[in-house]
Amino acid sequence: MSVIAVEQAGPATSVQDAGRFGALRYGLSSAGAMDRLSLTAANALVGQPADAATVEIGPLSTRFAVRGGPVRIALVGAARDIACGDRRVALARTLRLEPGDTLALRPARGGVYTYLAVEGGISGTPVYGSLSVHARAGLGSPIARPLVAGDEIPVGSAADTPGERRLDLPPAERGPIRIVLGPQDDYFSADQIATFLDSEWRVAPASDRMGYRLDGPRVAAARGHNIVSDGIANGQIQIPGSGQPLVLLADRGTTGGYPKIACIVSADLGRFAQTPPGAKLRFAAVDVDAARALAVAWRATLDGVAARVERDAGSGPSSESLLAANLAGSAVNAFDRDTWSH
Amino acid sequence: MTALTALRILPCGDAALTVEFGADVDPAVNARVLGLDAALGSAAVAGVLETIPTYRSLFVQYDPVTTGFAELAERLRELAGTSRPAAASGRVWSVPVVYGGEFGIDLDAVARSHDMDTAELARRHAVAEYRIYMIGFTPGFAYLGGLDPAIATPRRAEPRAHTPEGAIMIGGVQACVQCLAAPSGWHVLGRTPMRNFDPGRDPVFLMAAGDGVRFRAVPARDWAALERDAARGAPVAELAAS
Repeated sequence: MSVIAVEQAGPATSVQDAGRFGALRYGLSSAGAMDRLSLTAANALVGQPADAATVEIGPLSTRFAVRGGPVRIALVGAARDIACGDRRVALARTLRLEPGDTLALRPARGGVYTYLAVEGGISGTPVYGSLSVHARAGLGSPIARPLVAGDEIPVGSAADTPGERRLDLPPAERGPIRIVLGPQDDYFSADQIATFLDSEWRVAPASDRMGYRLDGPRVAAARGHNIVSDGIANGQIQIPGSGQPLVLLADRGTTGGYPKIACIVSADLGRFAQTPPGAKLRFAAVDVDAARALAVAWRATLDGVAARVERDAGSGPSSESLLAANLAGSAVNAFDRDTWSH
Repeated sequence: MTALTALRILPCGDAALTVEFGADVDPAVNARVLGLDAALGSAAVAGVLETIPTYRSLFVQYDPVTTGFAELAERLRELAGTSRPAAASGRVWSVPVVYGGEFGIDLDAVARSHDMDTAELARRHAVAEYRIYMIGFTPGFAYLGGLDPAIATPRRAEPRAHTPEGAIMIGGVQACVQCLAAPSGWHVLGRTPMRNFDPGRDPVFLMAAGDGVRFRAVPARDWAALERDAARGAPVAELAAS
């Protein structure tokens, strides 16, 4: 057994897998990775199941050290400068680390979360089938809260197979974040819905795994901002009395009493969650049939990720191939700032 | 029975929908929600993943690759048409509560607002027969119907940033058993050592929507012992058949 020791962590780094299902009716939301595609890709690179636990690394500087035995890792998600000693580390490639090695991540550029997957996985005790940290519920394993310096994560040891692997992610979706209106869009006038759909929004700094607030024009609800509390889906956009939209995400409350104007489609949840505070975005409405077609295509994308893993010809020692890998590394970054301007 | 024409099925994105039986807090509406929830549970409808029964609607999470909104909505309309409003679940929890003092910091003020003495207010809160309309907001937070209208109290103008684990509260005509500490604008009448949600215990959750709840006043001197039992995984609340 090897250990990944946390030497430095920002406030938003935690163990996350695909989430915890079956307890919505008891008031427990799913938690789970904010960016499902990056989770799936990181796991595919190290040969783990698509829904396996990873370290979801928040946007600030983070540093890990390897202890006990060698580990093989892969990092996918928000672009950032990453170094192992003097070596520059590219996204979407496996890398073998020896005991004593450190992995230093600089702040994310134009994204939020980067996923660290480990060959052999993270060891922990699942609750409702998941290791995901749900901070407010005090759930998660092996550490039931966001990580801090001094934490140690037991992980699998690197297999003795030679050669590293790489992965080119499918091209990033661009354009507006697709939403389905409802279920309380009838609380809003046509003008208010137009304001919501036609405006440019910025993710507000007060945003976290529970929800992202959006800065922009005020959206008033013609029929008032109180409903009898009902269920809330992942990506649901509620409009409280302040008129400032709040997008409810993985760690949300399961029910709430504000009208919900719309919900982000599954395919766009990850790229929405990767929108950093201050970045601009727009919404576009699709109907339920179009949303289903997007969901089917999205599932195919996720299911197709593992087949994109290939041997990394650039994993040898030549400086030329290292340079090529680094260039490719920036090319596969799906979450640079350009993704969000139109 | 509410007319079926009042039923509305609305999308919540591409992977969930809500079946609305009404717009108000009403025991008859909630019974229809729980009735459909039970019917859906036994019907094993392809693509349905999980549900949240709420006051007046049933939230249904589904796999959009397996089923679509229109197809699932049609199936749910059929089930809603044939399912009976749910009778009580048959389970009634007797929940120990220490009222007032440091355990229920709003008891005195709420009693004064109704021109009652605190013992009378606590008695009226404890003797009512409650039913869990829904569990939501935070893990294990049970929303109760059945509060004596004579002690219904508008919510606080200024919500508190912190109400404790196990807070027994009322807000408007609603009552609750809170599990985890959370901000709240409701009035704290007392506190229970019962842990409706405990990830280290099997079962993780105790109460479910449809269950009955009664409160049992216990003296403050019993708190420490009950709290110790609860920390060891004992339910502390007693379960009786109704």
